[in-house]
Amino acid sequence: MKRLPEVDVVIVGGGWNGLLMAKELATRTSLSILVLERGGSHKPSEYVEGMDELDYGIRLKMMQDISEETVTFRHGPRDRSLPVRQYGSFLPGSGVGGSGEHWSGISYRYTPDAFELHSRTVEKYGANRLPEGHSIQDWGISYSELEPYYTRAEKMMGISGKAGNLHGKPVQGGNVFEGPRSEEYPTPPMKVPYLAALFRDATERLGYHPFPLPAATTSRAYKNPDGVSRAGCSYCGYCERFGCMIGAKAQPTNTVLPVLAHSRNFELRTGCRVRRTLRDAGHARGVTYVNAQGEEVVQPAGIVMLASWTLNNTRLLLLSGIDDAGKVGRNLTHHISIPAAMAFFEKPLNRFMGAGAAGIAINDFDADVFDHGKLDFIRGGSLYTVCYGFRPMANFGVTPASVKSTWGSEWKKASLHYYDRTGRISFYGEHLAYRDNYMDLDPTYKDRHGDPLLRLTLDWRDNERRMAAFMSRKAEQIAKEMGATEVTPFPGLKRYDATRYQSTHIQGGAIMGAKEGNSVVNNYLQHWQTPNLFVLGASAFPQNPSGNPTLTALALTYRTADAIIDRFIRNPGPLA
Amino acid sequence: MRRRHFLTLSATSLGGVLVYTLARKPIRVHAQDGQQTTLKLPLRFFTEAQALTVAAAAAQIFPSDDSGPGANEAGVVIYIDRQLAGPYGQDRFRYTSPPFAPGVPEQGYQGSESPAQLYREGLKQIRGLHLLGPSEQQATLTRIEHTPFFSLLRTHTIEGMFCDPMHGGNAGLIGWQLIGFPGPRMSYAGEIDKYYGREFRPEPLSLAQVLGRNAKPGEDAK
Repeated sequence: MKRLPEVDVVIVGGGWNGLLMAKELATRTSLSILVLERGGSHKPSEYVEGMDELDYGIRLKMMQDISEETVTFRHGPRDRSLPVRQYGSFLPGSGVGGSGEHWSGISYRYTPDAFELHSRTVEKYGANRLPEGHSIQDWGISYSELEPYYTRAEKMMGISGKAGNLHGKPVQGGNVFEGPRSEEYPTPPMKVPYLAALFRDATERLGYHPFPLPAATTSRAYKNPDGVSRAGCSYCGYCERFGCMIGAKAQPTNTVLPVLAHSRNFELRTGCRVRRTLRDAGHARGVTYVNAQGEEVVQPAGIVMLASWTLNNTRLLLLSGIDDAGKVGRNLTHHISIPAAMAFFEKPLNRFMGAGAAGIAINDFDADVFDHGKLDFIRGGSLYTVCYGFRPMANFGVTPASVKSTWGSEWKKASLHYYDRTGRISFYGEHLAYRDNYMDLDPTYKDRHGDPLLRLTLDWRDNERRMAAFMSRKAEQIAKEMGATEVTPFPGLKRYDATRYQSTHIQGGAIMGAKEGNSVVNNYLQHWQTPNLFVLGASAFPQNPSGNPTLTALALTYRTADAIIDRFIRNPGPLA
Repeated sequence: MRRRHFLTLSATSLGGVLVYTLARKPIRVHAQDGQQTTLKLPLRFFTEAQALTVAAAAAQIFPSDDSGPGANEAGVVIYIDRQLAGPYGQDRFRYTSPPFAPGVPEQGYQGSESPAQLYREGLKQIRGLHLLGPSEQQATLTRIEHTPFFSLLRTHTIEGMFCDPMHGGNAGLIGWQLIGFPGPRMSYAGEIDKYYGREFRPEPLSLAQVLGRNAKPGEDAK
């Protein structure tokens, strides 16, 4: 095996967290930083050519090559696990920028109580309201500790939105249920497409508190504190599953990578698939990887950081035998994401226009902002409508229940009529952690190199099913208030379905916590037993709060970077 | 090497429509007075009989009728032919390591057959469809409408209606015109919050028209 000269820091994965960490370390220290990315590089010109629904939206050109590696899935520990043979419920990106290139850009902060879910729930409702079989725990960090880093992450990306809570004072028109913010959003909210305007007006009439979605698809030209400029969004409607052709959507390649372009202490190697993290005597020593030419390479490093997306972080720890407390793989969660109601209108909606985060939400039923005393579930989420750009292959043929046929003349006529008259009210909900939702290595199926696939054991429980049913009823009321002539409510959450796209917010596996015994990493994402090993990203989240995860993952990465620069370099050892 | 097959289309049978050639150019074929115009399109995957069968099925799923043109005019069969001959049809986008075992529906399709193989098998169930009358065609398809093969046919028919024309379907942007989809456009910044409650229908443009050059479709990738 080829052995390369040691670097100070090796980072596995060139997505949001890996490249942000590289930017902080490379620009603020003289450490040599190497990022290993398994995919290729992306050129901005590719994203203009990528405005093709078939190759990108349906055949998923930006995603990892599933023919080489996938996960296996089963509902329960006694079921037979089978490979997810074609992409379905989540879409991990490939190449420089990772999933941060094809994301939608909805950029929530989590509510303060989400970080203390266990203690707050027990305090208010008693321990018997925690669902049976749960493995819920606090994060070991508070919202107020993370707040300055949220602000930095928002400024780096130029998030568009309207504050709903400035220094503890509610601000009408923003999300009044969010935690206290120290600053307004860096850029004003996005423009409001027609369907979202209908949602805003209807929810206002119903007495709720609509607000514009916080958006990384920036509303106007913006220069961030690193001096990187981006254009304002053009609402072309090609965000999720696509890269932004004008760079208005904050992506690692247009926001972080430009800062690194002139760093002499930074190197990015593409086509490098990391297979193991090396550790001995309680120290991470580097990684092994297969390079683009197929050679096995040993890359020694002083600090090892895993930043390769949730599932792969977990898999690398397991493949490397780094699981000291038997906690790796625990607290697997997947953001609840449902079409809470499909609404059919008389007037055309012009839904081909839009952006991944151009929409309006209400969080009146989020977290614990509404009383659950008499309800049969805990926690909640966000009801929203987003006009992400309606493309025909994925969306043609959705008709109200009054249309019985699914092909032929009658169906065609109805589908043509309703094509631009169909709106969706969506719900994103908090997914709690359960002992029987977890990841381990599959005993049967292997990847291209012969390494075991990761096995997901995952199913919904009654708390999620009841929450989804409750939110679906609320969405139906809102749809009617919006003027829908027919509404199809969500049929209900049954078993976890690996074939229905939900979101790429699948989390947990290397969770953070306040104590060594209950978690894999501390609140600096530093491995408890291996101080020079860090595991970045949403693999650290013990539960899956209602908001989209990227902003929180980046805030935690900023905090870790500061701790490494301010303390760890001089005094390598446990940070917490 | 497979023997080369062609799909022969007669302008009279199509009644004066757009078809899509392999040069990626839409051609409007009119029935000339007393003159029989035919077009021979080279096929990549189907035999001619299979192509006619699939075209007949697609035309029942998305018919040409008083609500507008359908699968025949859009060239859906050409789209499907290219997809099945390309990486998708040959299972390039699926994890295909054994063992194959039946699962629960939530685990997704677990079969070992590629889309190309599913078509080869499925077509045996509707052989000669194009030779039947309309009501017999409908009855035949109704018998298989709950099979995975029909589900593929339906999905691919929708895709062939509304794909960018570089993929062989949506000839002359006929599908996009039907639904008012403008195709890829650089900006709606001036329109996104206008047109509340009324139609905004810019003229559709293909990706090649927007780029000013051809892009390479995924089915042509090695």
